[in-house]
Amino acid sequence: SSFQLKGPRPYKLELSKPRARAPPPSGDPLLFEDTSSSGQPLGPQGYYSSEYNMGGMTSGGGVNNLFTDPMASAAVMYGSSLASQGKDMVNKEITRFMSVNKLKYFFAVDTKYVMKKLLLLMFPYTHQDWEVRYHRDSPLTPRHDVNAPDLYIPTMAFITYILLAGMALGIQKRFSPEVLGLCASTALVWVVIEVLVMLLGLYLLTVHSDLSTFDLVAYSGYKYVGMIFTVLCGLLFGSDGYFVALAWSSCALMFFIVRSLRMKILSSLSSDSMGAGAAAKPRMRLYITVATAAFQPLIIYWLTSHLVR
Amino acid sequence: MAFTLYALIQTAILCVNAIAVLHEERFLSKIGWGADQGIGGFGDEPGIKSQLMNLIRSVRTVMRVPLIIVNSICIVLLLLFG
Repeated sequence: SSFQLKGPRPYKLELSKPRARAPPPSGDPLLFEDTSSSGQPLGPQGYYSSEYNMGGMTSGGGVNNLFTDPMASAAVMYGSSLASQGKDMVNKEITRFMSVNKLKYFFAVDTKYVMKKLLLLMFPYTHQDWEVRYHRDSPLTPRHDVNAPDLYIPTMAFITYILLAGMALGIQKRFSPEVLGLCASTALVWVVIEVLVMLLGLYLLTVHSDLSTFDLVAYSGYKYVGMIFTVLCGLLFGSDGYFVALAWSSCALMFFIVRSLRMKILSSLSSDSMGAGAAAKPRMRLYITVATAAFQPLIIYWLTSHLVR
Repeated sequence: MAFTLYALIQTAILCVNAIAVLHEERFLSKIGWGADQGIGGFGDEPGIKSQLMNLIRSVRTVMRVPLIIVNSICIVLLLLFG
C-alpha cells in the first residue's frame, strides 16, 4: 500500500539525480566562453544546489506520501549526496592534471567552422588573414575564428585514419584486429614524439609564445586530414593517384603550418632583446618552423605507404 | 617501424635514465657543462647551452626518486614475466 503511485508524476522522476546542466544556447556568441571561464563563482556547486532545491521543492511540496518510508527517503538522500561527492572528487582530480576549461575551448566548434577549416587545410593558398583574433585578452573560440586551432578535427581525423587503414589492409587481405591496434598506437606514438620534440625545441630556444601543449597537439593532428585524403586517392586511383595526392597534401600542409606557426613563433619577441644577439633568434625560430613543416610529408609518407602497396 | 605503447614507455624510461646518470662532478664539469658554469648573464638571452644545462640539472633533481621507483618496478616485472 505504501508503494502505490499516488502522484501525477512517475516515481523515478522524483528520484533522479541532478541532471547535467543544459547546454547554453548556441545563438548567444559568447555565452559558451563566459560560462566555462568565468563560471567559477557560480560553479558546479551552484548548479547542483539549484537542482537540489528544485528537486527538494517538487518532491516536498508535491506528493508527500511517496516518502512514507523514512528509511527509503534517507537512503535516497544519502545516495544522491554520495554520487555528487564522487563527481566532485573526480572533477578535482582531473583538473589537477589538465584544465578542463582549456580543453572545452578546443571542442567548441560548429559545422561551418569544420567546413572552412577542412577547405583551408587542403587549399590554404588563397587565405589572407592568418591572425588568431582575440576578445578581451583571451583567444576566440574556434566557433568564431577560423584561424583558431581545435582538437575536434584532429581527433576525428585520427579515428577515421585508423578505420581507413583497417579497410585498406582488408582490401589487400592483410587484415587482423591486432594490426589495427598496432596502427593506432604507432600513429599515436608519432604524435607524442612530435609534440615532445616541438616542446623541447621551443624550450631550448626560449621562445615565449602562447602555444600551449594542446595547441601543439592540434597542429600536429591536422596532418591526419592530409593522410586520409592521400590514402583515399591511393585506393581509388592506384599508385599514381597516391603520389599526386601525397604531393598535393604535403604542399598544402606545409604552407598551412608555416603560415600558422609564423604568427605565433616568429613574432613573439623577448622583452628587451635589442642587441646583436637578437639576430640569431629569428633564424633559429625560422629553422624550427621550417623543420616542423618539412617533417609533415615524411611522416605522411611513412604512415601511409604501407597501406597503398 | 611499428610502435606499441609499451615501446614508447620503455624508450621514455631509458632516455630519462640516461639523463639521470650523468654525474655532476665527474663528467659534466669536465666538459664544461656543470651547474655552476652556466649562470652567465642575467640578461634576457639564456642561450641554448645554458637552457640545456638547466634542463639536465632539473631532470636529475626532479626525477631521482620517481626513477628509483619505476626502475624497481621494471626490474621486478622483467624478472617475473620475461
